[in-house]
Amino acid sequence: IYFPTPLCVVVRVVLLYLSVFPLCHQTHSLQDFQRPAVSSKVFIQRDYSSGTICKFQTKFPSELESRLDKQQFEETIQTLNNLYAEAEKLGGSSYLEGCLACLTAYTVFLCMETHYEKVLKKIARYIRDQNEKIYAPRGLLLTDPIERGLRVVEITIFEDRNIGSAR
Amino acid sequence: MKNCEYQQIDPRALSVSPLSAQSHTEKKEQRPRRKWEVFPGKNRFFCDGRLILSRHSGVLPLTLGLIVVTCGLFFAFDCPFLVKHLTVFIPVIGGALFVFVVISLLRTSFTDPGILPRATLDEAADLERQIDSSGSSTYRPPPRTKEILINQQMVKLKYCFTCKMFRPPRTSHCSLCDNCVERFDHHCPWVGNCVGKRNYRFFYSFIISLSFLTSFIFGCVIAHITLRSQAGKSLVQAIQESPASVVELVICFFSIWSILGLSGFHTYLVASNLTTNEDIKGSWSGKRGAEESGNPYSYNNIITNCCVTLCGPLPPSLIDRRGFVPPDEVVPAASTASEMELPHFSTKNDVNMCTQSTKDVLERMINSGSQTLCSPGPPKTTPLVQGLPSTAALSPEPPPSAGCSGPLGRRPTDSRCPLFSRSREKESLHSINPAFRLASPSPSVTRTAKTLGGAADVSFMPLQPGSVGDEAP
Repeated sequence: IYFPTPLCVVVRVVLLYLSVFPLCHQTHSLQDFQRPAVSSKVFIQRDYSSGTICKFQTKFPSELESRLDKQQFEETIQTLNNLYAEAEKLGGSSYLEGCLACLTAYTVFLCMETHYEKVLKKIARYIRDQNEKIYAPRGLLLTDPIERGLRVVEITIFEDRNIGSAR
Repeated sequence: MKNCEYQQIDPRALSVSPLSAQSHTEKKEQRPRRKWEVFPGKNRFFCDGRLILSRHSGVLPLTLGLIVVTCGLFFAFDCPFLVKHLTVFIPVIGGALFVFVVISLLRTSFTDPGILPRATLDEAADLERQIDSSGSSTYRPPPRTKEILINQQMVKLKYCFTCKMFRPPRTSHCSLCDNCVERFDHHCPWVGNCVGKRNYRFFYSFIISLSFLTSFIFGCVIAHITLRSQAGKSLVQAIQESPASVVELVICFFSIWSILGLSGFHTYLVASNLTTNEDIKGSWSGKRGAEESGNPYSYNNIITNCCVTLCGPLPPSLIDRRGFVPPDEVVPAASTASEMELPHFSTKNDVNMCTQSTKDVLERMINSGSQTLCSPGPPKTTPLVQGLPSTAALSPEPPPSAGCSGPLGRRPTDSRCPLFSRSREKESLHSINPAFRLASPSPSVTRTAKTLGGAADVSFMPLQPGSVGDEAP
């Protein structure tokens, strides 16, 4: 019978790690002892319906139903989408920046930060805020999509030790 | 390189907070590595990761050499005459164009074209689970395309087996650089790099300025020779007085045809918001007739298309070359490093088979974890055996499984266990395989553990610790 429960798999992996493992995985298990173990990860994929702009799907994943409000989740993702849209916005200021860069043979970017980079910093701050206020208290962790190449929004679900639910 | 030999857990380390313990031990073992050092694609990095170039740098030195030599000859031999007879602005304009061309060329060559980092193990496993859950039979290969709707147009997203993800629209996998590149245009050998989203504007400014430069030099050299021969001398005499001009003339004459043609072609592409890749494949024009509206990415306005492509916001590099590799992270990059080290590494077909059966691997592991079906020796070899039989058992015939095990070993030799005869072959294969031979037994379990823990590539990940640790450059 086939039941690919991620939890069971993760548990078995952890057990195998504990039995015999080299240094590179030793640190992984050390963290398992000290910090709440990672129960599973949810990946919010990109939404390409509007083209190649960076936008994530707002569909609420079922794995988070017990931990998070649908409203909260949608608000987070929507804000992220809006921020990315702002970064990639085509308008007077971005054209000006592009033309200036072209005229200076693109050397201007050695001293100046692009508009996109500024917005990315804003996004990093927003994600940090969200983690502190909303996600960490619920045993979740949002990973900045830029660390995953803007492919996915990774939400790590930690074991809820308070409730005592094993695995 | 990273030392991944087996070491006992230090009990004292457990009492300390994990981060300090791990960073302490890590620092003792190795300095923290930057991500470019473990980058899986075929790229070369300079200045500690600041500059990136394709490993197949093509004829970039030739391009640079031609430009520098031609301009050098121009400034040395033609400019003095022209300044005297025409105007001093000639070398000024020539100099400005030359500087612009070289900067654009270097910018195109050394900029990340928009490489997409490969999917992490967790992502790949999750994706595969999604693919499999949507299908009903385990024996059917997973669908490799996903259809989505962009601006009311059906677009197929393909699954990239090397990068373990569905490619975003307009992304293509460059086989020379072994990377998925966003808005992939083409791999330019003259520039020694792929041309993609992030360096297309540099490439375009390079070819436009180069066409201006070659035309300018061509015109100036013609003027030079004409002026010389006008002063009572014949053409041959004029040429004899200034032989360098002939060299420049020849170079410019041949360059102009190709460069002007290329500039014209790319101007058309920019105006219609197409990539060379799409144009060659006829993605939008061939199948759907000659309508411009076939391209879902076009804004149907030439000015807007040009502005978007050339002056739009420049996204940052996604591969974070100068970031540090997190010490506890299993680096998927190294798997490809081992991929390259092993000569018989799989083709895409084999990868397909391996990814297809990862789910089966998980299934086997779960089912047989409590029993030891084939336990000839210590328990730690059992998972190794269990991990691989699925790839063999579920493959209908030997060749696909052999193909999948190809990266791991050579021909099957003996078979001990009656239940999983092919798994035995795999076990012996592992001992034959040099990567496994070099590794101690424990890493092999970890490799399998990693495999079973959800790695999408059954064959690749297991080899990382041993091969990287022992075959370190």
